[in-house]
Amino acid sequence: MAEAAAQARVARGAVAWEAVIGIEVHAQLRTASKMFCACSADLRDAGPNTHTCPVCLGMPGVLPVINRRAVELVLSTGMAIDAEIASVTRWDRKNYFYPDLPKGYQISQFDLPLAAHGQLALDTSEGPFTVRIRRAHLEEDTARLQHTADATGRRISLVDFNRSGLPLLEIVTEPDIRTAEQARRYAEELRLLLRTIGASDAEMENGQMRVEANVSIRPAGTHGFGVRSEVKNMNSFRAVERAIAHEIERQAAVLEAGGTLVQETRGWDDVRNETYTMRSKEDSDDYRYFPEPDLPPLRTDPAWLDAIRASMPELPAKRRTRYVSILGLTPYDAGVIVADPAASALFEDALASAAGLPADRRPVPKALANWVTGEYLRLAKQRDDGGHASGAELTRLVSMVGEGRISGTNAKEVFGRHVGSGEPVEAIVSSMGLTQISDSVALSAAIDGVLAANPAAVADCRAGKDQAVRFLVGQVMKATRGQANATMVQRLVRERLEERA
Amino acid sequence: MAALSRTDVEHVAFLARLGLTDEELSLLEGQLNHILDQYRVLSELDTESIPPTAQVIGVENILRDDVAETSLTPDEALAGAPERQDDYFVVPVVVEGAD
Repeated sequence: MAEAAAQARVARGAVAWEAVIGIEVHAQLRTASKMFCACSADLRDAGPNTHTCPVCLGMPGVLPVINRRAVELVLSTGMAIDAEIASVTRWDRKNYFYPDLPKGYQISQFDLPLAAHGQLALDTSEGPFTVRIRRAHLEEDTARLQHTADATGRRISLVDFNRSGLPLLEIVTEPDIRTAEQARRYAEELRLLLRTIGASDAEMENGQMRVEANVSIRPAGTHGFGVRSEVKNMNSFRAVERAIAHEIERQAAVLEAGGTLVQETRGWDDVRNETYTMRSKEDSDDYRYFPEPDLPPLRTDPAWLDAIRASMPELPAKRRTRYVSILGLTPYDAGVIVADPAASALFEDALASAAGLPADRRPVPKALANWVTGEYLRLAKQRDDGGHASGAELTRLVSMVGEGRISGTNAKEVFGRHVGSGEPVEAIVSSMGLTQISDSVALSAAIDGVLAANPAAVADCRAGKDQAVRFLVGQVMKATRGQANATMVQRLVRERLEERA
Repeated sequence: MAALSRTDVEHVAFLARLGLTDEELSLLEGQLNHILDQYRVLSELDTESIPPTAQVIGVENILRDDVAETSLTPDEALAGAPERQDDYFVVPVVVEGAD
């Protein structure tokens, strides 16, 4: 593996190197309209340039107006990462010329970001780790360019302004990250947080969440900073880890060979498994920020902030802790459930439904969690739509198993049908004729039939062969189409054999 | 406040993508330094107790509800485009990436 090789190399070299990594994430906010105009932000199946207006096309004389929801989503994010929220903020113009930016400047935030000085705690294979977050601010996205050639071979770019002006959250960490794994875990945990609070769908594969890493290395134990490169174009969590591991190794190799590094932007090539030079960065930082004169300042009223805080859902870290310390789940199961918002919602609904049952019929959280981490996630992964599981139905099913009304094996079949159709489990159980037979009279008849039909196995049992007992129990289960209560069948078969002896 | 050098003026012209002649650079070097001289006079004022101001119109918190409305059609959006291909604007490649 590239990661392991990179870490081995960093440790093995003449000098032990330590990586210094800072991560910059851009996430498209989940709003109905764009940041500064009313064009729809829903670009699914949209043809090129179908979501534009004079504002997001950068026509002269137009004025931007701030989308309140976008501000609220960044404020929620700031609260979720435990950041200080600005009492007064404003937007600034970041000036540069590129065809994805029709105005010649991007409306961003410079010295007064909406949120600053936050943190995010995460688990890694080497233990817990906290990343300090420098700032979170709100800006507008740029247009999308496609580089190609026209019929004469002239190199051109095709510009689609649908993305221009979408609200974009930028979150920048302090250079606290030391390994490629920590970087991946940070990106994963941030994505989960953004999805949990509804700030962004944050799908890396389609560019809703873009991760860039500033990577440099220094001799372990020193405190200076080496020459850094900015790594881009990583479109999966796996790519984040591999690209950074590769970049650490590349820098170490250059320095160990006596070379020098240049500050530059490097792209990650997922197919070739390496980074390549995109551009050197000598004066691209010359953005000449100045306050956006077209937007008045924004004051974040305490009552507004309180309302946002009150509407925040339980955050992943807190939820994991509750699952372990109060519900008694293993840290692993808690992690698996919380990492998947649909699984987490299902589990919460199942718990709520269980709370309404009398104590003797109420499934324990651990039993519900086993169904969520096992059957539910297995089935949901096989389906494009994630399935139709209901928490109330899951609780009913687990409760039926607990009461001996249905066997565990049959319950899995019922749940599979429920996830597929959303049909209530009671209806599935009766339509499949699966109600478990726990009535000893009914079972005895089936057992007598099986014993009579298998005299050889009965003789083996008497000779002390346990295997033969299991065979007879299996035959009874088969004769009752799996509806027999297996524990009762075992007991009754043994009793009957002893009677006959 | 140090005066702007010829190199500074050339750099600012580059950032603004202005192709200036030597004559124009000399003219602007003089004019820019003259403007900075006026600021030098302003900077003599004691502004210690005055908060920085980026807006003078006195309004704040102008926000709109997150409601989507109808956009332009691609033909309307592209009406002023110097060149189009299907529903895209066409511009010359500005080389930044590897290809």
